[in-house]
Amino acid sequence: MNATATAAILDDLAEKFGADSIVAQPARDAIPAFWTPREKLTEVLRYLKTEVSGPYRMLYDLTAIDERVRTHRDGQPPSDFSLVYHLLSFDRNEFLRIKVALKSGDLHAPTITGLWPAANWYEREVWDMFGIVFDGHPHLARILMPRTWVGHPLRKDHPARATEMGPFQLPDEKQDAEQEALRFRPEEWGMKRSSEDTDFIFLNIGPQHPGTHGVLRIILQLDGEEIVDCVPEIGFHHRGAEKMGERQTWHTFIPYTDRIDYLGGVMNNLAYLTAIEKLAGITPPPRAQVIRVMLSELFRIISHLVWYGTFAQDVGQLSPVFFTFNDRERAFEIIEAVCGARMHPNWFRIGGVAQDLPKGWETMIRDFVKYLPPRLVEYDKEIMRNRIFKARTKGIGAYTVDECIEWGVTGPNLRACGYEWDFRKKQPYSVYDQFEFDIPTAQHGDCYDRAVVRVEEMRQSLRIIEQCVEQMPGGSYKSLQPLAAPPLKPDNTMHDIETLINHFLGVSWGPVIPPGEALGTIEATKGNNGYYLVSDGSTVSYRTRIRTPSFPHMQTLPNLSRGMLVSDLLAILGSIDFVLADIDR
Amino acid sequence: MPWVIHIVTVVVVLFVVLNLAAGLIWVERRLLALWQDRYGPNRVGPFGLLQVAADTIKLFFKEDWVPPFADKPVFILAPAIVMLTVLMSFTVIPFAPGIAVSDLNIGLLFVLAMSSLGVYSVVLGGWASDNKYSLLGGLRAAAQMLSYEVFMGLALMGVVIMVGSFSLSAIVEAQQKIWFVIPQFLGFILFLIAGVAETRRLPFDIPEAESELVAGFHSEYSGMKFGMFFIGEYVGVVLISALITLLFFGGWLGPGLPPLLWFIIKTFAFICFFILLRAGLPRPRFDQLMSWGWKIMLPLALANILVTGAVVLWAR
Repeated sequence: MNATATAAILDDLAEKFGADSIVAQPARDAIPAFWTPREKLTEVLRYLKTEVSGPYRMLYDLTAIDERVRTHRDGQPPSDFSLVYHLLSFDRNEFLRIKVALKSGDLHAPTITGLWPAANWYEREVWDMFGIVFDGHPHLARILMPRTWVGHPLRKDHPARATEMGPFQLPDEKQDAEQEALRFRPEEWGMKRSSEDTDFIFLNIGPQHPGTHGVLRIILQLDGEEIVDCVPEIGFHHRGAEKMGERQTWHTFIPYTDRIDYLGGVMNNLAYLTAIEKLAGITPPPRAQVIRVMLSELFRIISHLVWYGTFAQDVGQLSPVFFTFNDRERAFEIIEAVCGARMHPNWFRIGGVAQDLPKGWETMIRDFVKYLPPRLVEYDKEIMRNRIFKARTKGIGAYTVDECIEWGVTGPNLRACGYEWDFRKKQPYSVYDQFEFDIPTAQHGDCYDRAVVRVEEMRQSLRIIEQCVEQMPGGSYKSLQPLAAPPLKPDNTMHDIETLINHFLGVSWGPVIPPGEALGTIEATKGNNGYYLVSDGSTVSYRTRIRTPSFPHMQTLPNLSRGMLVSDLLAILGSIDFVLADIDR
Repeated sequence: MPWVIHIVTVVVVLFVVLNLAAGLIWVERRLLALWQDRYGPNRVGPFGLLQVAADTIKLFFKEDWVPPFADKPVFILAPAIVMLTVLMSFTVIPFAPGIAVSDLNIGLLFVLAMSSLGVYSVVLGGWASDNKYSLLGGLRAAAQMLSYEVFMGLALMGVVIMVGSFSLSAIVEAQQKIWFVIPQFLGFILFLIAGVAETRRLPFDIPEAESELVAGFHSEYSGMKFGMFFIGEYVGVVLISALITLLFFGGWLGPGLPPLLWFIIKTFAFICFFILLRAGLPRPRFDQLMSWGWKIMLPLALANILVTGAVVLWAR
């Protein structure tokens, strides 16, 4: 991602589409970014996806910004609402940011679902949150908010708190109307109720169902037990995390990130802080970085252990979930000793971590590193080598590398198809480049291979944790740079009024992050997690966009499950490892 | 006055079997817990033994709800069938010499007939509930039972050929020299597998498959109607374990201890084995289960009959 490469793609585009159509916008994260007019959008994207050398094959993210009250927009074209497209090129190992300016009276943009089918849900989300209409979209309906919702929540004029909205009441008529809005009408989704020789059953799985791992609703169109088509309906776990990001200070938003992928714990903090630290230009001290890596990898194991047990349970094995949760408990003991909390430790801070490691941490971690591998061997025998388990998962719900890239699938699910792509290696963040570890892959991309990859990932994470213990550097656990929050008390704080005021403001208001935009991406437990932050030079974020891996993964569900049986659907759901909070945010 | 003795036997068998089945709930939960590194119910009474009483009281006092959309008579009939058929099967089980409600000379056929009737409870329950999950569960049950009933009966024919009788006590007496598990090993394995499928226990709990069909055919059942399915399943486990003991492991035969005790020990061992299976194995898909049933189990059962028949003829 060097400067010449950055210039190269923009020059290339300017030559192809004319310099007027490509307006560069420098960003703080060194991702090449440019504005293009709405009329040229489809053309430019098609060129980037299919024609340019080193194509940008993955639609990484698609979102929007309400620009109407933003003050620092130096050099950017006038815009009330901006669409933001993030593309990822695997050949170039590079992101690209494309923006489209829209005016308030004319919130229309062409759909790109013809180019990337994965844009379907993203465009629905942008319509839901901002009210931007995508012309030609196959089914532009609300996706996260209830269908009866009035307004578009991520607009700046939409209230952020319940207290701004008047008391909530649910008279019987309203309740009936809300329930009626949830009724599934196959015709809306282009489904038929019967074919020549059969009437289809429409089966509601969820939002309350033991196999969905949370409040997810899947509507199946069944011919006998065979799945003809399915519609995943999400949004039941939507908490408006992105809206809260515009309300909380940079520092006080950290605990909210814990709850995005609630099995990933501090891993979420890391994704968020990677973006902030790019904006603020902070490099945490080495000790903080290694602590972060160590705890993140511990959480990768914790998350995978939950997945392991529940996946086995989804295919009917009752016991493993108790064993893996026991192991997870041991890992939580370490997390508890270090952070004081377990699932939601809220432990990383801007510029470092909350506190130094406690006494005796090495012993705890060394014990765990010694304890887990024999257990994993046992699970191999019990689960992975079990013939019924294999019969249930091999050849079920497979996708290819091309399909993964097309649909925005990342993480272990992508690697299960045989594509060795891991952000820890390809775009090392934090200090991952200091450690030796392998990136496990598999070949077939089916349920079984997705399991193989995750199981091996746990072993690799143990390797990283072991190296962290060996190589733990001394020094401070938090940066002394002025924007680090909450600031450490430097020795001279109490000596003169200037440093005292600075410290006081840093603690009470939190830091003022310089204006700009940055995308921070990490290899989270379930795939690629990215925070796209826009700062308007204030103590709060102007726009917090959370790109989660589970969202695109869930969107591929119909592709994976067509033609399968109901039992296979549960195996597929278990194998793609999602968390509803991560999908709905 | 033999009819008094008959009535006493009936009442005692009914009492013992039902209590045993209820007690199994506790045994299963404690054993599963042991194998799963946890405690299980250990709070109510000594070792949690009164958990059974607590569960029973709970079941009796729960609202016994019939969904308005259900087919009411059939909905009520279904759980009764399951209890009736498994309890009827126990009438022909000889627990020890002379201790049986009725030692029919076609005892084995009677048991097979009853277990075939038992399928109706699941199918009717699933159908009458008028719930899509229940319906799918009922369909799966029908498919599963069809596939497994066939070779379940055939697997036992080897034993019948060797003894020359359908009477269960005759079969036990014929095992004085050698338990049939050795000459009829294949038959034993086939019957064991069919027996698990018959009782709808993991790994063959496909009709209720919690993670897929919520509770399958009994999703809509509550209170004591659910309790009947629940207890029916445990009585079924006891029945299949008792049959395995009688047919392949010499029933009450054994040195030293009283015959009844031998029977109980052997049966209990198989019950524990059933529970261990549940702790250990995942659940196959129902089409896989059916293809194993028809393509592997049925030919094996037929081969077993052929070979046994040939050997018996040759030995004559």
